[in-house]
Amino acid sequence: MDSTLSHTAEHGAEPATPEDARRAGIEATDPRSPVMVFAIDEPLAMDSGARLGPFQIAYQTAGTLNAERSNAVLICHALTGDQHFAHRHPVTGKPGWWETLVGPGRPVDTDRYFVVCSNVIGSCMGSTGPASLNPETGRAYGLDFPLVTIRDMVRAQAMLLDRLGIPDLFLCIGGSMGGMQVLQWASLFPERVFAAMPIATGPRHSAQNIAFHEVGRQAIMADPAWAEGRYLEAGTRPAKGLGVARMGAHITYLSEPALHRKFGRRLQNRAAPTFSFNADFQIESYLRHQGLSFVERFDANAYLYLTRAMDYFDLAEDHDGVLAKAFRGSKTRFCVISFTSDWLFPTADSRAIVHALNAVAAPVAFVEVESDKGHDAFLLDEPAMFSAAQGFIDAAARARGL
Amino acid sequence: MATERFTDAASDAPWEAAEGLPRDGAAARIDHIVVLGLVPPGARVLDIGCGDGSLLALLRDRRGVDGRGIELSREGVNACLAQGLPVIQGDADTDLANYPDDAFDVVILSQTIQATRNPKIVLEHLLRIGRQVVISFPNFGHWRVRAELALRGRMPVTETMPESWYETQNIHHCTIRDFVGLCRLVDARIEKATALDVRGRPMRFSMPWWFWNLIGAQGVFLLRRGGTR
Repeated sequence: MDSTLSHTAEHGAEPATPEDARRAGIEATDPRSPVMVFAIDEPLAMDSGARLGPFQIAYQTAGTLNAERSNAVLICHALTGDQHFAHRHPVTGKPGWWETLVGPGRPVDTDRYFVVCSNVIGSCMGSTGPASLNPETGRAYGLDFPLVTIRDMVRAQAMLLDRLGIPDLFLCIGGSMGGMQVLQWASLFPERVFAAMPIATGPRHSAQNIAFHEVGRQAIMADPAWAEGRYLEAGTRPAKGLGVARMGAHITYLSEPALHRKFGRRLQNRAAPTFSFNADFQIESYLRHQGLSFVERFDANAYLYLTRAMDYFDLAEDHDGVLAKAFRGSKTRFCVISFTSDWLFPTADSRAIVHALNAVAAPVAFVEVESDKGHDAFLLDEPAMFSAAQGFIDAAARARGL
Repeated sequence: MATERFTDAASDAPWEAAEGLPRDGAAARIDHIVVLGLVPPGARVLDIGCGDGSLLALLRDRRGVDGRGIELSREGVNACLAQGLPVIQGDADTDLANYPDDAFDVVILSQTIQATRNPKIVLEHLLRIGRQVVISFPNFGHWRVRAELALRGRMPVTETMPESWYETQNIHHCTIRDFVGLCRLVDARIEKATALDVRGRPMRFSMPWWFWNLIGAQGVFLLRRGGTR
């Protein structure tokens, strides 16, 4: 989950504790959510050529699967998100990250649909990733974990749905990296996706976005406590490096107008600058808080792996450089949403998706939501996004006879 | 060309489609009925500037068309989404270039061409991506427009052009005759054409161009690429 402006330092999101860190470590292997285990003879075939097995997928559900098994919704989470879309977070205690959009009477109505969200492969909230135990060595995978792609995440989700007895999805929805998974789902398993909502995303990760990710990774790897990725055995945590990575990334989730409105040049609990490098400005205090609270709930190596997965994502590249080919013959109905102030995945990225879908005559709707909240807008209270989602999902449900 | 005449756009379509709809105060709806008469059942249709989707919904429900839309306003797009219509937020000037050739059986541009930045390029795109093009626009050659200009020396404000010059979206006005000239320039074949009166009702008799150019409040054309001569 990308943290939001609603949790600011001065409004006191609860500070992380060593207990949080301990809890986060436990969540990586023994999460407080259902887990689907795949034995060594059912490995995940990964793009790198690796076969991951045994492995596990941690997931959460809400609602009830109907007798026809036709009302399943898959939510795909973002870079640092998790499966707790409508459930209290086991480490931070915060409410589910998409309760604005998902829940009883919400656009993704848990009274009508069976909603599933799984922690992606390579993450650290219970699905197998670099913080998990490597059965061959008896210690954490660390950098021995194979590189993960968006397609690997989707293949793993498909294996989970098979186990859950869900033949196809009524709706596949997600924002940012979640939106990449939605696009990958629609491309890889078109017959299993009735409706798709990629939000605040793009058909590939841009050079600028790769650049920001690289800065974050270098910050982690420059932290001596990272210990070449072996910090779990060393009993350390690259908290400084991961915190800096988060601070930098967090700026990309916001927008200049939102930062100005929220913080401006206001000073943090002081009347005048201190002529030091203390966090004089509220924005500094806020970013430091974002960094600190993030390191207590997220694994540094998982951050390396998942940012890499996004970097490698280029749906057109997988189809002779022609994005439209990724969706050829698709019967899926799409609703693409972007936000005016999102400079991480600007509207042009969404339009590229729309144009590709137009080229193959796929039914596609597109809305650009006016918002000054930047990329994170997809997680926030955006009535225009909700009304678009409500209209699209309700109409899709009628078409599906739900 | 002097013998060229308007034909009734709806002449070979059952006009009873209009029955049951209000006859007055609903010019736009009757305008839609005229378009309905031009679109074959089951066609793939793109409606550019589709507003709240009422024409697309009508075409879907009455003609079983596979309809798509482009609309500038978010309110319009949302209204379309709620009806299950696949509509994208965009505009004619920037989004048409991305559609492949012959992508649609019929492309509709209703009361919009005069508001585009480059009507000629837009019309060329329409003819490229649609096998047929239905296009309607307010006629700047209407006698009341001419009278406003000639007698009062003012830019006209009429039922079909209700905004003053300083706030109107219409930046490229044309007359029916002007439009026929553009069709020749871009090599568009006029398959059918009709004029609508100020209430949007088709004028159901045959007359020479100059007459329609004087008394038609709107022109409605069915075009196809190639061969005006």
